[in-house]
Amino acid sequence: MTTATDKKPATMAQALQRAMRDAMAEDPTVHVLGEDVGTLGGVFRVTDGLAKEFGEDRCTDTPLAEAGILGTAVGMAMYGLRPVVEMQFDAFAYPAFEQLISHVAKMRNRTRGAMAMPIVVRVPYGGGIGGVEHHSDSSEAYYMATPGLKVVTPATVEDAYGLLREAIADDDPVVFLEPKRLYWSKSDWSPEDPAPVEPIGRAVVRRPGSSATLLTYGPSLPVCLEAAEAAREEGWDLEVVDLRSLVPFDDETVCASVRRTGRAVVVHESAGFGGPGGEIAARVTERCFHHLEAPVLRVAGFDIPYPPPMLEKHHLPGVDRVLDAVARLQWEAEH
Amino acid sequence: MTVQELPGAAAYRPTPPPAWRPRTDPAPLLPDPEPFRVLGTGAELDRPLMLKLYAELVRGRRFNAQATALTKQGRLAVYPSSTGQEACEVAAALALEERDWLFPSYRDTLAAVARGLDPVQALTLLRGDWHTGYDPREHRIAPLCTPLATQLPHAVGLAHAARLKGDDVVALALVGDGGTSEGDFHEALNFAAVWQAPVVFLVQNNGFAISVPLAKQTAAPSLAHKAVGYGMPGRLVDGNDAPAVHQVLSEAIGRARRGGGPTLIEAVTYRMEAHTNADDATRYRGSAEVDAWREHDPIRLLEGELTARGLIDEDGIRAAAEAAETMAAALREQMNAEPALNPMDLFAEVYTAQSGQLREQAAQLRAELEAEAR
Repeated sequence: MTTATDKKPATMAQALQRAMRDAMAEDPTVHVLGEDVGTLGGVFRVTDGLAKEFGEDRCTDTPLAEAGILGTAVGMAMYGLRPVVEMQFDAFAYPAFEQLISHVAKMRNRTRGAMAMPIVVRVPYGGGIGGVEHHSDSSEAYYMATPGLKVVTPATVEDAYGLLREAIADDDPVVFLEPKRLYWSKSDWSPEDPAPVEPIGRAVVRRPGSSATLLTYGPSLPVCLEAAEAAREEGWDLEVVDLRSLVPFDDETVCASVRRTGRAVVVHESAGFGGPGGEIAARVTERCFHHLEAPVLRVAGFDIPYPPPMLEKHHLPGVDRVLDAVARLQWEAEH
Repeated sequence: MTVQELPGAAAYRPTPPPAWRPRTDPAPLLPDPEPFRVLGTGAELDRPLMLKLYAELVRGRRFNAQATALTKQGRLAVYPSSTGQEACEVAAALALEERDWLFPSYRDTLAAVARGLDPVQALTLLRGDWHTGYDPREHRIAPLCTPLATQLPHAVGLAHAARLKGDDVVALALVGDGGTSEGDFHEALNFAAVWQAPVVFLVQNNGFAISVPLAKQTAAPSLAHKAVGYGMPGRLVDGNDAPAVHQVLSEAIGRARRGGGPTLIEAVTYRMEAHTNADDATRYRGSAEVDAWREHDPIRLLEGELTARGLIDEDGIRAAAEAAETMAAALREQMNAEPALNPMDLFAEVYTAQSGQLREQAAQLRAELEAEAR
């Protein structure tokens, strides 16, 4: 019998590993491949122990070539396997773009459903870990702009396990964005009895509130939760929505929240111009215009190449920047 | 500071890099200096195979001519003809077993048809009523691939998956000379060799990537030589000698099937027509070169040899031509019928289940169509 005492602190990295491990144990067609995923267990140790438990044919160290990794995964999927591909870092996934955009995303559609691409592309993304250049990109907007892909990003340990299990079981290709700086975040979590989570395609209200809605995901969720706590001192009761699934997008949950609060700020690390926040703000405005007390604002990374580690704190949206945006939501108009 | 002045210089002994060792002997991987040929060499010929190759070459040439004509009539959006390259197309199809997989590029419609795919389905992409007009798993033919060389890693992955499963399935991937410059060519060959995947790469070196000649594409001794760098054998073959292409392919496919790993084959051939109907080849090549290759035409070569050796007579030649005409007439008739189009199909199969977003957009299009119909 499972009891609450079975739950121990687990990191997001451990939950992700467990998701792949359980999927591989249940389904022999699940294969993991990527750079350093075998013997080393991945540079973030997210595939730790998989090669040892399932053999190198199931968890394979590939040559160092991202287009080759994803391209061969396409062929493996054509033959009935379910590849889980690891891109070592956000910016190292770019060589695989052509395979992702021209084949992975389109295969089902171009073959009229005859050939699905049940591939998961795991991408550690985002900054805040002191990485040198090319190790901290927020690349979600590129993926979101590609029809045929699902784009998912967990922000909690529970979601890391639940969403990855679901992504692996999904017949559609899923770009699974793992927030690097949350890899070592912890939660009391039982691998033997993982809590069920909302499915891909659903956003979740992480903190209910009534004054305004913070719409966020992945690495920015803890920032928003902290901002919401700090906002209490200012007299604002902020609702925080974790989007989780950028594609498909949960208009329903998002709009229900914004209609309730009348104000919204989108928060993400990705550059603001052409970033996810623009799409989200437009969708909210189109659907909730008559409920809005103020324009939907965006708190995003600056429109600059990702900064060097000693300067990244100025780039990343932090609590103060979020609160500044909340302060600009035309509160005076109410009184 | 010189070496002699370094601390401990008295004990200094030069040593080779400790970890280095030769990985493989390159000599057996090297292609022959001249393209392998069968026709004109006096080699023994398997008559049933020769007649099959001949019939398919004639049918293939007629298919190319008919498809080109259909572009002029507006029935195809575009047609990249393989006229002059039929020996490669046909041999590729005939060298494979039923259970094997073919990974064609956009110029390889003919290979797909010769493998048994319905010509109308094969031409769907080029007609433009959909992208891939067939279920790839039915004939084990991957979608005709437009982004150059991107189908090659697919072939490697499929072959690798088949081997892991214990199936003796081989993948044959087709690519052109231009495609060998792409990164995916390199990555596919490297993965194939590292994994010892049962895959064969056939490069149809037809001389041009649209307008760019091979000399501007590579400085390699031959494209087949590229194999050596990956640790797989390279073979060079006369791409217009159908029995030679068939033999080299069959040997490589057999080797892959027995667990011997991948092979890179360069077939030296020539694109007799422009890149597509939208291209003008007179801007970048002279007629003398084309005429020289006309002398080395794959049908002419095989027909001459079979006739000289008494393996085919006029009746046989006529029968092949008539069969090709029958195919062309049927293709004309089918392609002259308007394809059934349903705009609502645009929203089908983007995802397994339609998202709310796509449902909204589908509703918008449906409303527009209904308004048009009123």
